Amino acid sequence: MDPRLEAYLDRLQAAGADPARLARLRHEAVDGGCDHGPLDPWSAVFTPGVDVLRGVAGIYDQADLSWIQALSVENGSYSVRIKSLDDLMERDKRREKDGFPRKIRIGKLVKPGRGGREKVVVVPTTVEEKFVHDPNFREQAEGGGSGGSGEGEEGEVIGEQPVRPQPGEGDGAGPGQGEGSDHEMESNAYDLGKILTEQFSLPNLQNKGKKRSLTRYNYDLTDRHRGFGQLLDKKATLKQIIRTNLALGRMKPDEEPDATGFLVAPQDKIYRILSREKDFESQALVFFLRDYSGSMSGKPTEMVVSQHVMIYSWILYQYGGQVESRFVLHDTEAKEVPDFYTYYNSRVAGGTRVAAAFRLVNEIVAKENLARDYNIYVFHGTDGDDWDSEGKEMLPELEKMMGYASRVGVTIAQNNHGSGDETEVQKYLEKSGLLKEKPHLLRMDVMGEDANEGRIIEGIKHLIGE
Amino acid sequence: MELIDQHAKAIMEGCKERARDAGLCFQDETLEYIVTNRDLLELSPKVMIPTMYDYWVHDVEVLKGKGRYELYPSNPFETVVNTRPAISYYNDNNPDWLNVMIFYHVLGHIDFFQNNLYFRHTWDDDFTGQALADKRVIARLRSEHGRWVDYVIEFARSLDNLVDFHGLLSDLHRPRRDGVSTRVDYYFDVFLQERKKVRINDYVKEIERYNVCLRTGGAEGEEIFFGEVNARYPEFAALFEKGDREPRRHTRDVLQFLLDHSPFLANEENRWMQDVLQVVRETSLYFQPQIRTKIMNEGWASYWHETLFMQDDRIKGHEVDFARVNSAVTAMPRVGLNPYALGMRLFYFIEEGADKGRYSLDFDFLRDADQRREFDRHTGNGRNFIFAVRENYNDFLFVNTFVEQDFIDRNKLFVADKVMDEQRMVWRWYVKSRRADDYKAMIRESLYHPPHITVDVDKTGEDTLYLVHHFEGMPLVGEFIQNTMLGLEFLWGGKVTLETTEVKSVKKPDVKQPSLPGMAPDPEPEPEITWQRVRYVMKDRKLGKGVV
Repeated sequence: MDPRLEAYLDRLQAAGADPARLARLRHEAVDGGCDHGPLDPWSAVFTPGVDVLRGVAGIYDQADLSWIQALSVENGSYSVRIKSLDDLMERDKRREKDGFPRKIRIGKLVKPGRGGREKVVVVPTTVEEKFVHDPNFREQAEGGGSGGSGEGEEGEVIGEQPVRPQPGEGDGAGPGQGEGSDHEMESNAYDLGKILTEQFSLPNLQNKGKKRSLTRYNYDLTDRHRGFGQLLDKKATLKQIIRTNLALGRMKPDEEPDATGFLVAPQDKIYRILSREKDFESQALVFFLRDYSGSMSGKPTEMVVSQHVMIYSWILYQYGGQVESRFVLHDTEAKEVPDFYTYYNSRVAGGTRVAAAFRLVNEIVAKENLARDYNIYVFHGTDGDDWDSEGKEMLPELEKMMGYASRVGVTIAQNNHGSGDETEVQKYLEKSGLLKEKPHLLRMDVMGEDANEGRIIEGIKHLIGE
Repeated sequence: MELIDQHAKAIMEGCKERARDAGLCFQDETLEYIVTNRDLLELSPKVMIPTMYDYWVHDVEVLKGKGRYELYPSNPFETVVNTRPAISYYNDNNPDWLNVMIFYHVLGHIDFFQNNLYFRHTWDDDFTGQALADKRVIARLRSEHGRWVDYVIEFARSLDNLVDFHGLLSDLHRPRRDGVSTRVDYYFDVFLQERKKVRINDYVKEIERYNVCLRTGGAEGEEIFFGEVNARYPEFAALFEKGDREPRRHTRDVLQFLLDHSPFLANEENRWMQDVLQVVRETSLYFQPQIRTKIMNEGWASYWHETLFMQDDRIKGHEVDFARVNSAVTAMPRVGLNPYALGMRLFYFIEEGADKGRYSLDFDFLRDADQRREFDRHTGNGRNFIFAVRENYNDFLFVNTFVEQDFIDRNKLFVADKVMDEQRMVWRWYVKSRRADDYKAMIRESLYHPPHITVDVDKTGEDTLYLVHHFEGMPLVGEFIQNTMLGLEFLWGGKVTLETTEVKSVKKPDVKQPSLPGMAPDPEPEPEITWQRVRYVMKDRKLGKGVV
């Protein structure tokens, strides 16, 4: 274990922390003591000498065309088959009016790729509900056994298979893994945002403080021009006439002016003229903070990440592309990572100190003077564990953050191995009273481990709602 | 989509001759098409049937994760369509030798489609033609009723795995009456079993008494027999009169039951929905045998493409190419199931066993392992035997009857299972068992098997449709129940009840740490599950649930 963690735990012990909790923390620190290497199929850790299995097929997975003739169909994006996403959404809306539940779901959300080529892919999917047997009712490892052949004693491990499917195999949906441009990702995320907004009636964010943008222009009658133009500015023209006549001596400052004797030159007429103006669009900067401590393994991480993808996509849509995002990961230390790929794939390990992440964000914002130019949103995902159980370090940082942020959303994806009742983060946030005091600035959403897509979206509504 | 050229067609015809000489049996006419990727894009959502009716869900990706058993082939890229004439699809640039192999494979499938008795109901129809007519019906209805057609398709499809395929087969394969009166049939098949629910012991005794009456009484035997029956069950004669006239109610075939008895569908303005239901039902019945014979069908086709290709004189010089492709297709995977490989090996095994006369009483009586190994009667009957197997079996019977320990040992098969190593994010697969019984159980688990749901006629009446799920150790997928019943309520036009069994509680065993890499993982102890019978009620599009 990291000696610093060790020392920290000792301090906690000396301060008389709950022994059960201490044991859990110690377990977390030891168990997840490895580093945060990227966690993904490309580098799932295999045991040397054991076969790596790429896919395990069932009886009905193979058919002649693909198996013998090696014919394959690029699964084709949905857009090849259906007229447009809008049609589909329209149809789905119709269903609701007809009294049947909606049927379109948003399929795959993320296809992480290296080097910033990450994609948020919208694949509308659906299920055909029937009465069918549920083979996974035991709540055990999903799937179940399969067949095999070859050498090996009973009980011997004969192969390892990455938990996440490989790129380009398995449930290959949506556009292929090819070289996608950044634009592709943006537009897809934009689509997702649009669906989220339309399908789930997410609230619209208000446009806060218009900031500088160099990309868009507007045309308006703002400039003045002498001699010709679109609209005569009477007040300005009158002033100009007076100025001219004063200079010509046709009007004496001390006497009552006699307008009949004024000379009016064409150059004195002042017009408003149509001119190009820079448009000041609001910009958004979103900080995504993720707890990647050891306790986050499995479902909590998945939930936090997919919620963050949706928030990201939705804000992208809402701000018409004027959104920037920064990613921060933390265990007991926080660090900023360059892209969503790293954010998504970093393996969980180590202990938890939420304050570190918030402090880092505050530092970044102060250093780069971001508060002036951006609407700043901060979304933090955690399982609610925090070694700083009173929030002594965390709360001051949070208050500082709320000084500039438009919204701080904290997602707590509860973990099974937690005690079941309120988590530390939840406790101290509620105790601080900030949630009640400034509900427009701070929101918290607590999800159970079994939350589904609908629940996650409900969570978003709460986090960014008015 | 265009037909293959004359050159390739000539090769195909040559293959047909050789296949016929080897004993395969199929119709003369076949259609072979070249398909491009673009064609596939359109064909695959329609399960390779170009004339399939249009339905928007075909255009959207359908998630398959939850229900492992789906009626429609999860991988729709089948080469051969079971229709008259049979249609098959080919890649544009297959070399001749590969086409020879594929043609044999296709002929294997066609032979299977046209001889296996589970396909009996598809023998008399041109399914693509039928589908085209259906497609037109649906298109016409859509022009009249708009989106409501899609709702009805959706609701009908949500029940299309409850169509009593075996009931249909049993009607088709009804044995001839050999002088047995309908009264005897009614007494033994319906009255004793369904009305009186007599114990097997008594049932057998009753049959015995019937036989004795016939033997001793001669022509009067039946009268003598029923004389006593009437004395014992005075109500029998009246019930027989009534039961004989009453048409059989399709209680296992929910779609047909709706067609026959739904008050909603009987309404004049809803009549058109019956057409839709009929189309969906027929389509489902068409696919049923295909998904229930996947291992046999692919095994049979692989057996024949291998056998016939090796004998074909036209492909000299391509043995190595063939060996390469063939081994890829029919290799047993290290982990996973390959129906081609499994079915083919089993056919070889059965043929060899039948050649040696092992499917006999003599062999069954042998207990000595050496003697069993040496057993060989040189019957030369292997080929005929596998032809009979391909005619009469389906996947379940095939695997259950013929997979035995010798087969497992010879092919080094085992049941594999996996445990998750969360730290390293890998599944670790290990050899779970090499016992034939376990292997059979594993296959059985992965075969298509829709839940056994029937209509309870006594509880079904004016106000409700009452379905009973006969529990077979596995609950239904909970999250599908709501929408399935919603559709059912729509089609029935009133309250719908479903009785099923659910998990009440699971006592999880202590979770153990994953064992060291390379070491055998500890077998996970089975969790203790308590079951409870529950009743779902769908009324006014609201789902309620109560414990029975």
